[in-house]
Amino acid sequence: MLLWPCCYDSKAARCLLAAAFLLMAGVGAGSVPPDAPLQVREVAVGVFVHFGVNALMTAENEGAIANIGFVVGDDAVAVIDTGGSVREGRRLLAAIRNVTAKPIRYVINTHAHPDHVFGNAAFAGEAAIFVGHRNLPRALALRGPYYLDAFRRSMGDALDGVELIAPQQLIDGEVKLDLGNRALSLHAWAAAHSDSDLTVFDDTTQILFAGDLVFVRHIPVVDGSLRGWLAAVDALSRIPARRVVPGHGPLAGWPLALAGERRYLERLAQDCRALIATGGSIAEAAATAGVSERSQWELFEAYSARNATAAFAELEWE
Amino acid sequence: MTFDSTYMCKGRLMLRLGVRTLWVAALAAALGCGAARSTLAAEPVDPWPELARDIFNGRQLADGAGLIAIDMPYRAEDAAIVPVTLRATLPPGDARTVKVITLVIDQNPAPVAATFQVGAGVTMISTRIRVDSYTNVHAVAELSDGKLYVSTTFVKASGGCSAPTTKNAEQVNANVGQMRFRQFAKLSEGPASGSREAQIMIRHPNNSGLQRDQVTLLYIPVFFIKELRVLQGDELVLAMESGISISEDPNIRFSYLPNGSNTFRVEAVDSSGHVFKSEWPAAPAM
Repeated sequence: MLLWPCCYDSKAARCLLAAAFLLMAGVGAGSVPPDAPLQVREVAVGVFVHFGVNALMTAENEGAIANIGFVVGDDAVAVIDTGGSVREGRRLLAAIRNVTAKPIRYVINTHAHPDHVFGNAAFAGEAAIFVGHRNLPRALALRGPYYLDAFRRSMGDALDGVELIAPQQLIDGEVKLDLGNRALSLHAWAAAHSDSDLTVFDDTTQILFAGDLVFVRHIPVVDGSLRGWLAAVDALSRIPARRVVPGHGPLAGWPLALAGERRYLERLAQDCRALIATGGSIAEAAATAGVSERSQWELFEAYSARNATAAFAELEWE
Repeated sequence: MTFDSTYMCKGRLMLRLGVRTLWVAALAAALGCGAARSTLAAEPVDPWPELARDIFNGRQLADGAGLIAIDMPYRAEDAAIVPVTLRATLPPGDARTVKVITLVIDQNPAPVAATFQVGAGVTMISTRIRVDSYTNVHAVAELSDGKLYVSTTFVKASGGCSAPTTKNAEQVNANVGQMRFRQFAKLSEGPASGSREAQIMIRHPNNSGLQRDQVTLLYIPVFFIKELRVLQGDELVLAMESGISISEDPNIRFSYLPNGSNTFRVEAVDSSGHVFKSEWPAAPAM
């Protein structure tokens, strides 16, 4: 485990100061008091979600760009992703404590990306078991230090306290977790969006937490295998879910939620294959592959060239 | 210790710099944020003057404008795969030839990404590199008269969840050493030059070995392609001496002049001493 200690004292002092100001002002208009519970929505009985904004992680949004949530059983709670900062994680914990005093038994990470795991440290004191894909420890080891460095540059203090906490329970294939009369079915996928994708299905309400295997409105981000992802989309569509909580984007009907993502990924693959066949370069792919999809997605400019670059390099080996 | 051959020196330097930064990175990882943050807090120092002195033994570097060009995206969209194209063009009437092109990613853990020894007609080399950070990139061409010319460009680090590492760790050790060779029909510089393009791809994780594997608690060993040679018949077209700044599955596209040989041969050696060889028929002259 890599530790990323922070200056809690000065942070606490700042927090107190901010709280004092808010008390004096009498209202919290326009600003959120420290560790105010995240706004969560109960999308089905006992299933709570905070919907992130479709944006890049910044100091201002505290990394709260991914959809994160929790499920409450008769005996215990499972957290599904912890957000893009310890602060977001703490606010999720506050939201959980608003709903229930039951112990948090599991903290599940759907993959290694910072907007899903940087809040883990907020749950380190909860006696919870951290759960992830069998590849998650390796992915965190390979990428974690780079992420900490890169996001420190863009997020500054908002990254204080982040620890890369690797899962203790590793998932291979399909595993059920029990929360007391409530089973969650976890499935570890072959490389698709990333190489550590895990989905969480609530058997009780048929809500699927898809992690970043499903994007709605937010352009899908290819960081594992495009071919693997297209194969996963077919397999995902057979999950008997009622609704999906995508990694990014609104709650959506199932399997209709997959349509846009499938279309984009197929277009990207088709454009790259055409360029490869005619001797085109990876730079041409970055500029042109998938761009006919531009109007369909938010954050298209932030990820299009990067997706095409990754897709081209993968498909060149077909 | 001294070396007669500058080529040897370059090889040593690449390794020395690599090892030095390996230690720094390992130390930073061991100490956690303290070390990493202090390096961030430090005033940015341009490493190029020292790098240039070390790599080229203090030799003079002339302005390479119009002679050696670097084509890279301004932003490294994917930190693990940043396309870079080097073009060497001598002015008409200049009888000299390009002998060696060195590509340096100043801020990478191993700054010397590759040293290309080039044969006849190789005026363009395209490859893919890792970019760890905001960095200057330098290309230095050594001509047949021994003079060195330098060009530079700047690359912004990627954003989002991009990282200069593998996307599919599951797959990387399958098919290590598998090669693909493509020859392109299109002429890169008009019919008069007779120049053609080809591309060599080799499956290799080319990993940096910097990171600690949290499952085994061991440092992942460095494992990369360190030498690759492309020959037309017995004549050298391109030789690359490279390190961990070259992307996974090294991929080099280059222009060349067909010499009438029937075959292309490629030989590669990785850091563990594995040798990979393959041979392909040369496409008929156009």
